[in-house]
Amino acid sequence: MGKILMKGNEAIGEAAIRAGCLNYFAYPITPQSEVAEYLSRRMPEVGGVFLQAESEIAVANMLFGAAGCGARVFTTSSSPGISLMSEAISYISSAQCPVVFVNIVRGGPGLGGILPSQADYFQATKGGGHGDYRLLVMAPASVQEAVEMVMMAFPLAEKYRNPVMILGDGLIGQMMEPVEFPEHLRSEPSNKDDWATNGMDTRKSNKPNLVKSLFLNAELLEEHNILLKAKYDRMKQEEVRYESYNTDTDYQALIVSFGTMSRVCRTVIDNLKAQGFETAMIRPQTLFPFPQEPIKQAALKESCKVVFSIELNMGQMVEDVERSVQGKRPVHWYGKAGGDVPTPEEVIDVIKSFF
Amino acid sequence: MQREVMFAGFGGQGILLIGNILAHTAMEEGYEVAWVPSYGPEMRGGTAYCLVVISDRPIGSPIIRNPMHLVAMNHPSLEKFAPMVKPNGVVVINSSLIHIGSDRDDVDELLVPANDIANDLGSIKVANIVALGAFVARSKIADFELVRQCVKKKFSSKKKLIPINMAALEEGKKVAQLK
Repeated sequence: MGKILMKGNEAIGEAAIRAGCLNYFAYPITPQSEVAEYLSRRMPEVGGVFLQAESEIAVANMLFGAAGCGARVFTTSSSPGISLMSEAISYISSAQCPVVFVNIVRGGPGLGGILPSQADYFQATKGGGHGDYRLLVMAPASVQEAVEMVMMAFPLAEKYRNPVMILGDGLIGQMMEPVEFPEHLRSEPSNKDDWATNGMDTRKSNKPNLVKSLFLNAELLEEHNILLKAKYDRMKQEEVRYESYNTDTDYQALIVSFGTMSRVCRTVIDNLKAQGFETAMIRPQTLFPFPQEPIKQAALKESCKVVFSIELNMGQMVEDVERSVQGKRPVHWYGKAGGDVPTPEEVIDVIKSFF
Repeated sequence: MQREVMFAGFGGQGILLIGNILAHTAMEEGYEVAWVPSYGPEMRGGTAYCLVVISDRPIGSPIIRNPMHLVAMNHPSLEKFAPMVKPNGVVVINSSLIHIGSDRDDVDELLVPANDIANDLGSIKVANIVALGAFVARSKIADFELVRQCVKKKFSSKKKLIPINMAALEEGKKVAQLK
């Protein structure tokens, strides 16, 4: 199959089907409603389920139920919708059910706007719902990468029995780019018999499975928290993904940026190179686990004097960048909110003001 | 080498479609492409636009304030975008609906009475394809024959519309070659 020109939202829907996900429950919200529009047509064609629920709260609890039974499920939404789902995301995390969430972020807080934003960085990486839980969070910078991440998300969710979130933005959802789809994956979670409430008829073991998040006994709850933490620690060991750009030069400044913003920064680095300034970028592809060590190593290069965290928000990832750099280099934030994506020229002016 | 084209008009004029056809053609030619629509809040009768970026390298920022070329299908979109076009760009003006110029002397301005030509061909709906034909012929941004093939592909499920769209492309090309 060759390249086809496709909108990010539609490509995300197709990628999920090719990852063997035949259950999609959702509630429409701009700027991601095309996923639902696309899947309302495609799911019946492949024998899957498209269900528009009465609200995002219902969606998230349907996902919980279906995933608890061992079905491969996903949803897509945008910021306010993800807020409504956050209670269930906490329950799903505790009950260790594999569910894939796609958040095509819009500006906030509140109803905010509908234009590209990365204002949900904290919500995605630090919680959103209550309790000690983590999501594995991936951030695509192109339509092709969105496809690859969606296809990766299902096996990762099943490997860790943990929700995975794809954090895109309005531009990734609305833009058309050429995409190529990889092969189909298997359609059923391989390990579900060990934990899912999928009935005793076909399961080999006689042990009844229980999917729950209530632990009234303090010792049992702590035991559960320790088990969850071990999973998150394992993600930090095994799942950090990032891309380096121009890091083999004697760069004077290091940029950390993800998603749509990182594309602008790539143009910034190219343009600065043409003007005789070397800069480099670490682009986190996973926001949790965060590429802490690679950023630290890149920042510590002798030529590097300053680190920038450049984001489509008022300064969120910068806290993780500071944590990574550990005070060894000055860290500055630059960003814009509300949906206005900075031009390369605006970013160049900011970087040059430090030299 | 990167080139950007802004297609603008009002909703219903087929703006997103002609941007899509150009992006598709450039992809078939082996270029990297990005098609970025306007999806912000717009009032009824206001501007609808899309930006097509064509490059021989991976595309960095797909959001471009100053596009190389402009195809303006209605008055508000010409007023809004003409000042942003880079010098030496092509500015196609749908002169059936727009009775002003770009007010620029550093661009290649091309007046195309797209609605009138489309009406003469038998359907106002092909005005967008007339403009696309004129723009491609003037800017030489893509191979004209390949554009023809892509238009045919877009209408493959409505085959009876292919002849009128082929004629629209040709008429647009003729206007571009007049000057």
